[in-house]
Amino acid sequence: MSAKTETLVWLAQRISAMVLAPLVLVHIVTVIYAIRGGLSAAEILSRTQGSLFWGGLYGLFVLAAAIHGSIGARTVIGEMTPWRGRSLDAAAVAFAVGLMAMGFRAVGALT
Amino acid sequence: MSEATMRELEVAVWRGGDSGGFVTYRVPERADQTVLDVVTFIQRRIDPTLAYRYSCRVGMCGSCAMTVNGRPRWTCRTHVATVAKGGRLSLAPLANMPVIRDLVVDMTEFFDKWRRAKGRFVPAKESPKGFARVPPADPKRRAADAGIECINCGICYAACDVVRWNPDYLGPAALNRAWTLYNDVRDGDRLGHLLAVAGDAGCHACHSHQNCMEFCPKGLNPTASIAGLKRAVAGAYLKGEL
Repeated sequence: MSAKTETLVWLAQRISAMVLAPLVLVHIVTVIYAIRGGLSAAEILSRTQGSLFWGGLYGLFVLAAAIHGSIGARTVIGEMTPWRGRSLDAAAVAFAVGLMAMGFRAVGALT
Repeated sequence: MSEATMRELEVAVWRGGDSGGFVTYRVPERADQTVLDVVTFIQRRIDPTLAYRYSCRVGMCGSCAMTVNGRPRWTCRTHVATVAKGGRLSLAPLANMPVIRDLVVDMTEFFDKWRRAKGRFVPAKESPKGFARVPPADPKRRAADAGIECINCGICYAACDVVRWNPDYLGPAALNRAWTLYNDVRDGDRLGHLLAVAGDAGCHACHSHQNCMEFCPKGLNPTASIAGLKRAVAGAYLKGEL
């Protein structure tokens, strides 16, 4: 990849990590709170559906996770296996798109 | 002879190319002996066919680096007493470079990467009017000074995990050199130095494991230089200069 693209990818990786760090904490705390409180799936859905806050939060989560995960996977594969170059870049993009599609579908169902 | 001078070191030395093996030699232990003294003793007194490199013997030239008991070190400034465990030494060629023979590695790729990282001073297009005034306390000059004492020994390159994983990675020495040039206000193409190291296998590939800093015999911190390059490249990108 060109110097420009590589730098953009690096920045995207850092920024998505900064976004993910607080979101993961919020997600885990919420999960523990919901489970300990004994909320049923229907009760959780009644709170999240139509909520801009939860929709926005998990939408951002999906976006950041798809970007961060695909860039990270590309790096790990490039270092640990002989697979490098354009086909790996394309696979990473496909992975990001797949994660986003599945993630946004889930967010859509939640809200 | 006293008992102290009679003692012997058990020295396992790598012989052959990439697919060679260790051969053990017995070398008299002496006071203030360096690892390079041990190698020289073997070559001069036991087996003249042993291949190894050295030149200055005083830590300036960077040619005598080897893997000593599993760690990359400059052998001329490494005392046997500080590294030999139970009188045993294991000497192998540096890692991450092809072995030519015995303790000698092929450093072609190492120096090619130096060039690929644009590790050379670029003169300004116009002739300078008089001497450039560079205050030693200037932050840029300080950053350059912090990395300038590199002797190209290849120890950081041999110690680097990322070089092992990604053979195209430019490596700590070349990137450190690029960082010193980027901070040289007299250089005529400072942005060019950033461009050269911003690609696929450049500064962004560094995971900051800091092996380079740990093993650099000159006490330099190439990890910090690479982190500086990452910041400078990102800054140039955001300003639209890249």
